Amino acid sequence: MPADHTSALDPSVSRSPRGSLLPWFFRMAWRDSRRSRQKLLFFSLSIVLGIAAMVAIGSFGRSLENAVEQQTKALLGADLLVQSRDVFTGPQKEFLDALPATQSEQILFSSMVYFPKADGTRLAQVGGLSGDFPYYGEVETFPTNAWTQFKRGEGALVEESLLHQFDAEVGDNIKVGELTLPILGALRKVPGDNEFFASLAPRVFLRMESLAATELLGDASLARYRRFLQFDTEAQLESAVTQLRDRRDELQLRFDTVEERKENLGEALRNLYRFLNLGGFVALLLGSIGIASAIQVHVRQRLDSVAILRCLGATSGQAFTIYLIQGAALGLAGVIAGTALGVGLQQALPLAFANFIPIEVEFAVDTWSALRAAGAGFLICMLFALLPLLQVRTVSPLAVFRRDLDHVPSRDPWLYVVYGAIAIGVVAFALSQTQRWQHGVAFAGGLAGALLVLFTVARLIVWAVRKMKWKNLPFPWRQGLASLHRPNNRTLLLMVSLGLGTFLILTLHLVQHSIVRELMPENQASKPNAVLFDIQSDQKDGILKLLEEQNLPALGVSPVVTMRIASVKGRSTEDLIKEKKIRNWVLRREYRSTYRDHIADSEEMISGEWVATASPGADVIPISMERGIAEDLGVGVGDEIVFDVQGIPVTTRIANLRKVDWRRVQANFFVVFPSGILEEAPGFFIVTTRIQDSQQSAAMQRVVVKNYPNVSTIDFTVVLKVVEGIVEKISFGIRFMALFTVFTGIILLITAVLNSRFQRLRETILLRTLGASSGQVMRIQVIEFLLLGFLASLTGIGLAVGAHFLLTTFVFKVGFSVPVLHLALAIVLNCLLTLSVGLLASRTVLKRPPLEILREQG
Amino acid sequence: MISDAILDVQNLSRTYTSGGHALTVLDDVSFALSRKQTCAIVGPSGSGKTTLLGLCAGLDLPTNGFVSIAGKRLNDLNENERALLRNEHIGFVFQNFQLLPNLTALENVMIPVELRGERGSEKQAEQLLQRVGLGDRLDHYPAQLSGGEQQRVALARAFINRPHILFADEPTGNLDAETAKKVVELIFEMNDELDTTLVLVTHDFELAQRTQRVIRLRGGRVADDSATVSA
Ligand SMILES: Nc1ncnc2c1ncn2[C@@H]1O[C@H](COP(=O)(O)OP(=O)(O)OP(=O)(O)O)[C@@H](O)[C@H]1O
Ligand SMILES: [Mg+2]
Repeated sequence: MPADHTSALDPSVSRSPRGSLLPWFFRMAWRDSRRSRQKLLFFSLSIVLGIAAMVAIGSFGRSLENAVEQQTKALLGADLLVQSRDVFTGPQKEFLDALPATQSEQILFSSMVYFPKADGTRLAQVGGLSGDFPYYGEVETFPTNAWTQFKRGEGALVEESLLHQFDAEVGDNIKVGELTLPILGALRKVPGDNEFFASLAPRVFLRMESLAATELLGDASLARYRRFLQFDTEAQLESAVTQLRDRRDELQLRFDTVEERKENLGEALRNLYRFLNLGGFVALLLGSIGIASAIQVHVRQRLDSVAILRCLGATSGQAFTIYLIQGAALGLAGVIAGTALGVGLQQALPLAFANFIPIEVEFAVDTWSALRAAGAGFLICMLFALLPLLQVRTVSPLAVFRRDLDHVPSRDPWLYVVYGAIAIGVVAFALSQTQRWQHGVAFAGGLAGALLVLFTVARLIVWAVRKMKWKNLPFPWRQGLASLHRPNNRTLLLMVSLGLGTFLILTLHLVQHSIVRELMPENQASKPNAVLFDIQSDQKDGILKLLEEQNLPALGVSPVVTMRIASVKGRSTEDLIKEKKIRNWVLRREYRSTYRDHIADSEEMISGEWVATASPGADVIPISMERGIAEDLGVGVGDEIVFDVQGIPVTTRIANLRKVDWRRVQANFFVVFPSGILEEAPGFFIVTTRIQDSQQSAAMQRVVVKNYPNVSTIDFTVVLKVVEGIVEKISFGIRFMALFTVFTGIILLITAVLNSRFQRLRETILLRTLGASSGQVMRIQVIEFLLLGFLASLTGIGLAVGAHFLLTTFVFKVGFSVPVLHLALAIVLNCLLTLSVGLLASRTVLKRPPLEILREQG
Repeated sequence: MISDAILDVQNLSRTYTSGGHALTVLDDVSFALSRKQTCAIVGPSGSGKTTLLGLCAGLDLPTNGFVSIAGKRLNDLNENERALLRNEHIGFVFQNFQLLPNLTALENVMIPVELRGERGSEKQAEQLLQRVGLGDRLDHYPAQLSGGEQQRVALARAFINRPHILFADEPTGNLDAETAKKVVELIFEMNDELDTTLVLVTHDFELAQRTQRVIRLRGGRVADDSATVSA
């Protein structure tokens, strides 16, 4: 070697063996991000809201669930209700007493009660109560302290309508059997007591201790014996329920849990959770797409650097690692900020909206679920980020010589792996949220379909614009249209991100609209909340006229014919009672059946078929039976039951089973006959109406009782209020979620447009260098942005309407309706937003000296 | 054929197919260079000089023929192995410098060493930058340097791994005569110091004259090779 080596090139500085490159990857990722860091951090914003939504939704959803749970528990007043038609037997008592629960006992039976002051008697449902019931919810009385007095055993509580009927006041006496005691107040609402249809009689509550003095319990055959139980833990409750179920034959106890009541709340509650999950996921997806498009732009700007690195001897894997680290850091920054925001939001929300939110939102942050949401969010986000990042792998070092070459990514097999992983990730995530693989697969499939449509439309636009001749158009128009198809165009990028954003947000909005519409009070306004019953045939017209005078609508008039069961599947009631397989009261009770040729809108047929009419001459009459009672009787479609209709045996066959929506106050019936059979049988009528307030209710009841003393009225407004309370919470949850996602979508849109400005940077500056006025440059951009915004919105809207149809029909099971005005508004807003953000973004570019930018872009 | 050839090019052809019809850019090019040799490739624009350089450096694969560097046939290596080979044996200087825009001069020079997972490259890079006269511009970004300065940074980067062979594609094409001269001096000095084989693509006749061998391309073929004439 020559002696004049500079020390730098001294061969004695030996080539040490290759060490780990890992630290270098991080160093390179850090160095390379210089001057892009702010931009990258800004773009990580797009995932922030998505993650925040996920984190906040977890606990927001749980708060909501708790609130609904509490309210649902009030529907029962306890964790578990056990009842029997007979006095609890020794073994039954033994079993119940051994349960680790606080218990209250109640005995309910029908009896005449007497109001001495008005000298009136009335059939009422008398209840004796012991213990601290209710464990959940409040008993509402007037005056409010009446319940406390009642618990001290100072008197009776009487149904408010009954007091109105007899003009009785607090302090007056009431006589129940042999016992006369003072009226402490009016009963308005009792947790758990919404099974009015079983009795249809006003309530009178006594303390258990007073019950003996009435001397009514001797005739206990029609009494119901109940225990309300409250458990300390969910596990204790579950074990009790399991025992009740397993030892059903031995114990012969009917029971009811909050879970079952909640089941009754039906689709409304399920829809809430489905929607919350859907909303959170959509927010995350939007964020991930935002990140992916940010990285796409970033990577495109770095392709030259990658080519240089490859020339210097970096393998494609090494170059990829550098940008993967950048992408991961970007995602991580977003996820950390998002988690912080989500947690912060949870703290701030209750403070900010305390007066608007109909529920109490918990302050507690569930660390585990927040971390899980953040982790899942990060994973999904990274999968999306990999799509653009993989381009780095396919950059050829040759690109250093031909920088104008459009970097068309060659087919990288890893791309398919990532697509597969995204599909699996989306399905898995949807699965973990919906617990139904069909939903997960449908969700992923829908998304893929939407992407395909957007890609295709984008390609079509590029193709169409290129094919057409625009020679006669003014310069800005020609340029604007040409920007749609020129190399390096942003048509695909904007079409996909704008279109997908519009699609997801609009779908969410439309579904929200449909669910809430279904729940809205407007639609409940025409639904009945009071029932008049025991109306004789000759009183029917009079009652209807009277309602009309009171300005009350007669919302439903149902004929009722009473009957008893004579035999089931060929076996007589007596035999069945001896056999003890079916509970006594189910066999012995009086069935109040109706007849009509249609299924009511509060009902849903679950099996068999509806028979509208039958001829009196038929041997066997097809009937419809309520699902629950059919289960109690152990019968199904096709089974034969003989009814004793006031002395005449009528043979029937079950033609179908019905499910009844308990939320509706309708005259709900266990058995419905077809038209043409019972019309001549002696019976009475039930009329349902809707009252506005308790004054109107009292006035109506007074008039009815005065003219038709035998007609009773029950006001269900209080029960319905509980239901409306729950519904209100659910609608709020759904609306809130939708709003959150809309914000994420707007951020996505802004990111997408901001991102795309780099695509045209050079061209814009060259145009300006060549002497185009900033006005001309502006017009070109307006045209491009407007066209893209419009076309993307249109495609997104088409997709959203389709998805909305599928979702409302198959998942949420609510009515499908499209608010056209909202759609039009969506287009206008979308275009305006795209345009203003686009112009704003390019303005900042146009203001900088062209030289600076040209130099930067090298 | 030279037995101790560091670069051996045999019957090299490259055909591009675009839009259905084939375009032969290089046609049966053969030559070999031994260690320390300097060689210029000249020819009209579009004659295939850059294509040839790219193939020699393993940036692309030939349609026919083969290239060997230090006895290794590039065709037999996969992409990653060729990258490794580039890192260990090859230095590059481009017409438009090709510095990483977000890295300082010093960081740019360090990359090849760092890519090998070696430490202590900073001192080495610093000394090299001093050697090319940029000792006081270590922390400057490419955008803050003139074209000549950028090319000198690129030179430092090309030499830091003490490559066996340096490819320079019109290294002075973007520089004024004065600066170009300085850069050329540097290339030859360092080439001499490190016993590097030099392959220079240039339009500059004077510059070509300074090399030991001149290969003239025309239409993708070797039109003239001073080695064959003089030999
Ligand atoms: N990827 C490619 N596809 C099609 N043709 C190509 C491609 N790369 C190079 N060519 C063509 O090959 C020919 C030789 O190109 P090359 O860059 O090697 O020429 P050059 O001698 O370096 O010219 P210059 O002196 O102008 O740099 C040109 O006609 C060019 O258009
Ligand atoms: Mg060239």
